[in-house]
Amino acid sequence: MFALFENPRLRGGIHAEEHKTETSALPIATDFPLPKKLYIPVQQHVGKPAEPLVMVGEKVLKGQLLAYSQGTISAPVHAPTSGTIVDVKDFPAPHPSALPIRTVVLESDGLEQWAELNVADDPFQLDPEEICLRVGAAGVVGLGGAVFPSAVKLNLGRKNKIHTLLINAGECEPYLTCDDRLMQERAAEIVAGIRLMLRGMDAPKALVGIEDNKPEAFAAMREASRAFSNIVVSQVPTRYPMGWDRQMLRYLTGQEIPADGRATDIGVVVHNVATAYAVYNAVCLGQPLISRVVTVSGAALAKPQNVEVPIGTLMSEVLVYCGLDKAKLARLVMGGPMMGDALPIAEVPVVKACNGILALSHADIEEPEVQPCIRCSSCVTACPVGLLPLEMASRIKVNQLDAAVDLGLKDCISCGSCSYVCPSNIPLVHYFKFASGELVKRQQAEHKAEQTKRLIEDRNNRMERMRLEAEAEAQRAAEARAARLAAQQQAKADGTDKTTQSVAAEETA
Amino acid sequence: MSSKPISGPHTAASRRVDQIMWLVIKAMAPAIACGLFLFGWPALYLLATTVAAAVLFEALSLKLKGVAAMPFVRDGSAIVTGLLVAMTLPPWAPWWIGVVGAAIAIVLGKHVYGGLGQNLFNPAMLARVALLISFPIEMTTWANVSPLFTGPGVIDSLAITFGGLQNADAVTGATTLGYVKTEFSQGRMLPGSLLDYSGFLAFLGWERGSLGETSSLLILAGGIWLIRQGVIKWHIPVSLLLTIFLLSSLFHLLDATHYLGPWVHLNSGAVMLVAFFIATDYVTSPNTPQGQIIFGAGCGLLIYVIRTWGGYPEGTGFAILLMNAVTPLIDHYIRPRIYGRYRNGKPLDISNP
Repeated sequence: MFALFENPRLRGGIHAEEHKTETSALPIATDFPLPKKLYIPVQQHVGKPAEPLVMVGEKVLKGQLLAYSQGTISAPVHAPTSGTIVDVKDFPAPHPSALPIRTVVLESDGLEQWAELNVADDPFQLDPEEICLRVGAAGVVGLGGAVFPSAVKLNLGRKNKIHTLLINAGECEPYLTCDDRLMQERAAEIVAGIRLMLRGMDAPKALVGIEDNKPEAFAAMREASRAFSNIVVSQVPTRYPMGWDRQMLRYLTGQEIPADGRATDIGVVVHNVATAYAVYNAVCLGQPLISRVVTVSGAALAKPQNVEVPIGTLMSEVLVYCGLDKAKLARLVMGGPMMGDALPIAEVPVVKACNGILALSHADIEEPEVQPCIRCSSCVTACPVGLLPLEMASRIKVNQLDAAVDLGLKDCISCGSCSYVCPSNIPLVHYFKFASGELVKRQQAEHKAEQTKRLIEDRNNRMERMRLEAEAEAQRAAEARAARLAAQQQAKADGTDKTTQSVAAEETA
Repeated sequence: MSSKPISGPHTAASRRVDQIMWLVIKAMAPAIACGLFLFGWPALYLLATTVAAAVLFEALSLKLKGVAAMPFVRDGSAIVTGLLVAMTLPPWAPWWIGVVGAAIAIVLGKHVYGGLGQNLFNPAMLARVALLISFPIEMTTWANVSPLFTGPGVIDSLAITFGGLQNADAVTGATTLGYVKTEFSQGRMLPGSLLDYSGFLAFLGWERGSLGETSSLLILAGGIWLIRQGVIKWHIPVSLLLTIFLLSSLFHLLDATHYLGPWVHLNSGAVMLVAFFIATDYVTSPNTPQGQIIFGAGCGLLIYVIRTWGGYPEGTGFAILLMNAVTPLIDHYIRPRIYGRYRNGKPLDISNP
């Protein structure tokens, strides 16, 4: 029967074609051959780029620090294997622009020799500060795609009063199953990571939300957390974008994060489930974040699967490993098909943010003609934020950006649900991204104009001050001269030549 | 592989505009088939004429706009409009009524505003109201039910639709709503005037009326199917029908001799067709569920008021057009609540339990 009454905690969203079965039943491939060269960008996180501290020609061990974090929001970068540093140069980043960023190039020696690891004897007895320190030193960042340095979030949690750690295991993007497989195979480690996070920020309980299309992962996680009453593993409906932390939070707790606030404002911290696994590695084993599980899928591949690959591996090598058919490849995407970025080249490294590499075929990305909007309001129904995409787009089309902002443009999360359901194929998200970009540009221009105005004002003030000072100076000089002349005349009248001479001498000087 | 930047999503739902239009046509098909069965060959000729004219005017308008006509004609929207216009016409109306109706709907109702998605008023209702005002005789001459094979034959029917043959008295009569209105005007009360009214037959469609409006049952079935298919939502039909039901029940209970009961109201005229196929028109109805409920209730209220106290026996066309005019206003004031904000757009207060 059609749903007359919607769940008030669940709004909008879509059910996209999943494409998850291609990879969800296969074990994570751990035998990916070690690449000859690894390209490790120093910026793989939100915040300031890390600063390289290795020299070209230097030999490094697996797990050794390559670049240290600088600033409060940053993360270090480590060597994924042992070998020699052969270059520190600009190299194309996995970004739609493929613009080069600073990258450490490491030639592997094939020995996989570990550096000495700082293993904790009893990690669950460590001080919360110590846990945060270890997480930060291991270069752990949010692995759901947002790549926010995890230690910063844990510290933020310790500073605020946190009642819930929300572990986001929604994995709502079609195709992606890396979190699913990780939970199926390494649930115990993930639960250990969650316990360490709870301790690290002194929070009483954790909620784990898993979409109900991953029953095996749910069972594994529930089993692994059975001994810990403060970790509650729940199923959430499969509806994109459930992985949007605010959507999952509302569904599980009924709480909403204020539009201008953060999760910590209402006592919640959200971490991705793969991040919990990385925290376990960092604190219990002392291993920095140097590899990750990536879903490699798409119709252009012969063997779609989840692969654990070292950070810095070229995507082209991963694609070859999974049997890429170049003739079928129509679009390469990093991430999921809804929010992922299309990459112009495959010779870019796998980075910490990379949860999926999709080799989509022509049939996958078929894009029919754009037709006029028929105001069917499917986009309104699909929007999880509660926006009016069709109205916003019609304003942007005629360049009324302010009207679009009034309608909530800045609240748009670019999840793509509206574009997905649009029967007229209107690229709605594209409109919103464009408008947001224009707004930033306009803001910058305004800022610049303001600065120029201030500089001109400053200059005018300075000139005015100088003029006044010069005038005052001239006045003083005139007064002084008048005084001297008066004195001279007085002296003349007195008949003393000596005084006159001294005054004249003074004046010529 | 392309090197130009592409924005996500890199996947899309499969239902397109033309597919939606064909689903609507499928949903209307049973009611139309019933109309053709009940009113015979003239109805079929009229329907074909109207749809053909609608498509022709669509192509012509696009040509005048300098747009390639084919991709848009193929989207099916002109066919839907043509069918809807035909469904609201008296089944034995002359051919030119269908042609003029299609012209008003497509040219004045749609393309003058800028084409698909731009119009303020529902084209089919605009055509119906314009025809009703301009050609009251042709638009209120109702054929008796004469199921296929019992009425005029293939050739005789050509004379009715295309030959300007006046309908013989034997095959005409008033609709229930029209009959009641006339009786009232002559001072007769309800119980006497409705003796031969069978609610059940009317529900099935066995009564005088417009070509595709008489079978409430089949329209209801098509409408529910459309909701199940996700093409339309329940908000407008439910609020519209519920409003009429509540109002007619209330007044009928107060004075049964003056006010028709809910069953007659829901079964008669275009109420069912309007509730599921006209008021739910995407372009001319509000965007939000709340707005759609207001819109539907408004339509229901106006239909009841016009039928009961207005000069016309049937009020659906006027009601729809009036509410279409209010739609932009509803859309302006009724907006969804944005995540993390109050209805007025202010961010939620921070509360840390």
